[in-house]
Amino acid sequence: MSAPAGSPPRAAGARSQPKLGGAAASGAAAGPGPAPPPQNGPAQNQMPVPSAYELYSQSYSIPSGHHFQGPGKMTSLPLDGQCGDYYSGFYTASTQNAVTPKTTHQPPGAEQVYGRLLPAPHSAGSTPECFQGAASPASHLYVSASQPSSSFVNHYSGPAMYSASSSAVSQGFPSTCGHYAVSTVSNAVYPSVSYPSLPAGEPYGQQMFTSQNASTVRPVRDNSFSSQNTALSRPSPLPPPPPQQYHQQHSLSGYSIPSWSASGPPSAQDNLIRNHAGSLPPANNNPTNTVADSLSCPVTQNVQPPKSSPVVSTAVSAASSARLPPTANHLVEPVASVTQPSELLQQKDMLSSSASSPAPDPAPEPDPSPAPVPTAPQPSKVAKPFGYGYPTLQPGYQNAAAPLHSGGQPSPGYSGFQQYAQQYPGMNQLSSSLGGLSLQSAAQPESLRPVNLTQERNILPVTPVLAPVPNLNLELKKLNCSPDSFRCTLTNIPQTQALLTKAKLPLGLLLHPFRDLTQLPVITSNTIVRCRSCRTYINPFVSFIDQRRWKCNLCYRVNDVPEEFMYNPLTRSYGEPHKRPEVQNSTVEFIASSDYMLRPPQPAVYLFVLDVSHNAVEAGYLTILCQSLLENLDKLPGDSRTRIGFVTFDSTIHFYNLQDGLSQPQMLIVSDIDDVFLPTPDSLLVNLHESKELIKDLLNALPNMFTNTRETHSALGPALQAAFKLMSPTGGRVSVFQTQLPSLGAGLLQSREDPNQRSSTKVVQHLGPATDFYKKLALDCSGQQTAVDLFLLSSQYSDLSSLACMSKYSAGCIYYYPSFHSTHNPSQAEKLQNELKRYLTRKIGFEAVMRIRCTKGLSMHTFHGNFFVRSTDLLSLANINPDAGFAVQLSIEESLADTSLVCFQTALLYTSSKGERRIRVHTLCLPVVSSLADVYAGVDVQAAICLLANMAVDRSISTSLSDARDALVNAVVDSLSAYSSTVSNIQHSVLIAPSSLKLFPLYVLALLKQKAFRTGTSTRLDDRVYAMCQIKCQPLVHLMKMIHPNLYRIDRLMDEGAIHVNDRVVPQPPIQKLSAEKLTREGAFLMDCGCVFYIWVGKSCDNTFIEDVLGYPNFASIPQKMTHLPELDTLSSERTISFITWLRDSRPLSPVLYVVKDESPAKTEFFQHLIEDRTEAAFSYYEFLLHIQQQICK
Amino acid sequence: MAFTFAAFCYMLSLVLCAALIFFAIWHIIAFDELRTDFKSPIDQGNPGHARERLRNIERICFLLRKVSARAALVLPEYSIHSLFCIMFLCAQEWLTLGLNVPLLFYHFWRYFHCPADSSELAYDPPAVMNADTLSYCQKEAWCKLAFYLLSFFYYLYCMIYTLVSS
Repeated sequence: MSAPAGSPPRAAGARSQPKLGGAAASGAAAGPGPAPPPQNGPAQNQMPVPSAYELYSQSYSIPSGHHFQGPGKMTSLPLDGQCGDYYSGFYTASTQNAVTPKTTHQPPGAEQVYGRLLPAPHSAGSTPECFQGAASPASHLYVSASQPSSSFVNHYSGPAMYSASSSAVSQGFPSTCGHYAVSTVSNAVYPSVSYPSLPAGEPYGQQMFTSQNASTVRPVRDNSFSSQNTALSRPSPLPPPPPQQYHQQHSLSGYSIPSWSASGPPSAQDNLIRNHAGSLPPANNNPTNTVADSLSCPVTQNVQPPKSSPVVSTAVSAASSARLPPTANHLVEPVASVTQPSELLQQKDMLSSSASSPAPDPAPEPDPSPAPVPTAPQPSKVAKPFGYGYPTLQPGYQNAAAPLHSGGQPSPGYSGFQQYAQQYPGMNQLSSSLGGLSLQSAAQPESLRPVNLTQERNILPVTPVLAPVPNLNLELKKLNCSPDSFRCTLTNIPQTQALLTKAKLPLGLLLHPFRDLTQLPVITSNTIVRCRSCRTYINPFVSFIDQRRWKCNLCYRVNDVPEEFMYNPLTRSYGEPHKRPEVQNSTVEFIASSDYMLRPPQPAVYLFVLDVSHNAVEAGYLTILCQSLLENLDKLPGDSRTRIGFVTFDSTIHFYNLQDGLSQPQMLIVSDIDDVFLPTPDSLLVNLHESKELIKDLLNALPNMFTNTRETHSALGPALQAAFKLMSPTGGRVSVFQTQLPSLGAGLLQSREDPNQRSSTKVVQHLGPATDFYKKLALDCSGQQTAVDLFLLSSQYSDLSSLACMSKYSAGCIYYYPSFHSTHNPSQAEKLQNELKRYLTRKIGFEAVMRIRCTKGLSMHTFHGNFFVRSTDLLSLANINPDAGFAVQLSIEESLADTSLVCFQTALLYTSSKGERRIRVHTLCLPVVSSLADVYAGVDVQAAICLLANMAVDRSISTSLSDARDALVNAVVDSLSAYSSTVSNIQHSVLIAPSSLKLFPLYVLALLKQKAFRTGTSTRLDDRVYAMCQIKCQPLVHLMKMIHPNLYRIDRLMDEGAIHVNDRVVPQPPIQKLSAEKLTREGAFLMDCGCVFYIWVGKSCDNTFIEDVLGYPNFASIPQKMTHLPELDTLSSERTISFITWLRDSRPLSPVLYVVKDESPAKTEFFQHLIEDRTEAAFSYYEFLLHIQQQICK
Repeated sequence: MAFTFAAFCYMLSLVLCAALIFFAIWHIIAFDELRTDFKSPIDQGNPGHARERLRNIERICFLLRKVSARAALVLPEYSIHSLFCIMFLCAQEWLTLGLNVPLLFYHFWRYFHCPADSSELAYDPPAVMNADTLSYCQKEAWCKLAFYLLSFFYYLYCMIYTLVSS
């Protein structure tokens, strides 16, 4: 009885009070839409995006710390004075940006690690260093590192990763021992970014620095800092540096002492070599000695931890004293620092008694003891040691005491403790006690600083908002996955579902798994080490119980370390499983063995299905397409087996026989569109290399073949069926170019749009597909590993919502060019050209599956993106491209009280275009918190917004647009009211938000004014649907630009704060808020909307700017339609162009540039993006805040 | 002791209820199969497995579809249940009818409130693997099984009662 009675009301409830946030928080309770058959499914299209594409070969490489690459724009972070001073002084000392972390790091051990890791790409070009693990003093290290690297370079020179690995294999590299193919790093994308004020090594610098704060929270003044630094950097060259590296491995000392002495010396090495039948390539032998040398050092180091325990207590006490100030405006008394250590010592005892050898964890800290200990007491006397916990990376944790709590609680207290707690990720037995401690810290980090939204006028930071850094200890932070690939909406995971529900925030992951990476360790190994029960890949967050066993961090099963894994071929050392690259990098790529394939890896197969009806010929896209194809034919990713084919269609379907040997392409016409068949069994898909001449002939002829066609019908459905038949033996990629509504055969569509309803405020209909033909076809294609990419180039309504299904469910991507015409609309034509270039040459993975695993207790429920969900955690992706993003909603099924860390792992198994099976694994590690305040402190507002946008798209398709809009508003109302109820001491009449959430209302307002969700403004249905498709499949970085554009003033670009990219100076103007009040008639502004750039030129803009940059003498002479900036030989032109190019390079969808004059009609386009302003249909930002406040008070 | 119409209704319901129980069990098995795809973990990544798995999902979804010439399970279940209600209405068995009416309404709601675009499928292959949906469907099936089992015994009791009492 319960089902009938219970369910409908539930659905009804969900409808009456739409809450996206609630939906996320309470799991099943309010998934988008009515309960039983909820939303339209987890399949959407992805919008790929060409830009920063590097050559395939370059993207596989050994990372020397891949986190390093992210921070493109860190120049002018909102540091406050002290920080700034500190940094500038500090970094000037460093000679090279890559090396900077060295000075930053206090723990010498860590320093070593970096000493090895970071300089590598610059020094040798190839960086196998990370494979070496960290074992030896810096000086040694450097030698040992660079030597093998050079040897590897020699041996595997050239960018061809594949050849490198295969050659190694062919040399008979030992079958049992993992071989690491190393490819050279040619840093294409971020080659030489240097920051004048903040070096590129930043994140590390900060992180290391942070950790330092944790352990020795120090007073805030510059002097003390510098002294600190010098003091600390000194110990680094000391002969026995601390085994900081163990730290990363979460504790190894327990076993390490005996075993190292056994395995360290060269003899062991020799044994190993003998074991493997002398099959090591001779070139690799060079480093042996040096490695052996370096190995001996760790042996001595390992002896230290036991001795150093007193030191531990002091060092730790310093940390604890800082992190445990119980009350707000309270000096941290020395007393506290005395009492705290005892507690921590107890912990330490517990730790050491526990099986998994935690002792070495504290051990690294004692080593720098001579330096830190004297300074350590300092913080305890300082009133406000807050601030430096997260100097720049996380604005949330920044300096600046909360105005309301001017006493200021030391933020290191907050962060420091967590770091300590998380040093023992694997140890559940401890976490509860640690968790208990964490409750004591009443410290309030900056991200919790209450912000009065209605009074704070400049809420938008002037620099790009960065992802918050999970509050982990320094090693884990360093190892953690880059936020560019993997982000969670809450960087502090709440302990229970109840807590999550209370916080009213969406919990989910945002993924960009196949992103183009400049540094990626590629591992060839016969056995890929995985957990036996949950099949998790070994990752940096597992704990090694002893040398032979490791504990899975997702299911906690204890697994054996296979013999092969004991050997580290890069350092040629034995018995250091924790130094293998799998355990050193959270993003790795495995070359899979034949276990991972049933059939031989498929070749790259490309089929182009082209609309050649009258409409299409009129639009003239064929010329552009054929031209791009001809240019990029050799750059299509693939190997010698690559195959290509063409199908064109109007009311009939035309196949092209391109068999090698024919004198010219042969056209075969099938007019029976009701029962499509293939005219010949083979030779329609031909080998690219064998038939290249014929293909070129066809591409040259194609644009003119149909110029006189009078056929207006389009039989898209039958053409797709034919394509499916053609592709099903192999799988591959189908690119469909369509210019109108399909009007014949299966899958024909009628126009459903009522133009009068475009600006309706009430109902927006037809967001869902009209027929399930395309969905079924996509599912069939997905089953045959075929992805369908749709290029819709139409001037009229073409029912994108139905057509998009062909890409959504087959993991394709969707491109839409409204009112495309090759001559009348040159900007769109250029956009198509640029995007085709990216599309044709970008990396591609075939027959992919992506599995997302998470720590026991968490579960995934809804997926967003373009794919087919094959199992509850397995996404089937016929193709994967570097521009595809995904989102996953999570719920907490069991309490996470017994763990202090949770991990998420995505494993993407795909066939590369070279016919290799590869697995790309990303692992993200996040802390678990038990208090609501901590949950709010860790909100990643951008990730949350992107997840909400995805949920809102589902909701608007499954129920209605207005419902989705209400749900978005409710998400803000709920989370802010939940927050204000936790903050008791603030009167409820004001609208406050924690600093971490201060942009939340603004972003939601931006979403409401986004094309996908706006009402009241005239929006074509296809535009709206396309925006929704983009929300579903764009990765976070690009989606954020789309939701909330960036506005810059560009008529006064200065070199101040500029960054250097590829020897070019790129100015970094501050981001202005999106309001007309920021526009002045004297200025010129650039708005970056993701796929469109607008340059708005004010009426009385300086003529010199117009002349120097736009190339016209004065404002009046600027043409109405201007889509290009001329390259002029002036400084300001150079600056502007380099800035725009820099913005463009960072994204995959090539943006169109429009120059908008102040009085031109096009300015409405520009002004509708000023989302903080009032329009006739929508609130201004201030009104929106008042509305929210009203809702909260209700 | 008389063979009334009510008694006949209960006898027929008894038989049909057994069929409904079968349907419910079948649903449970189907959803369970959808949920657990762990025959061989290493097999997960196989493209061949992908096809097989997709087929499997589609097969199950198609079996669960509402209207179909063959092997449709949803519509027979709904119609059998509606038949019960009509029979009890005719037999003026108000209590039994009252017990069944909520489920009847639920079935109506379920039937007319399609999940997505396609009018044919009660379960959408791309959407059904959503863990939320799946667990909902599973719960639904279990609840129905319990309901049918209870009503089976209830009908048995009522049948005997009507046969004896009249």
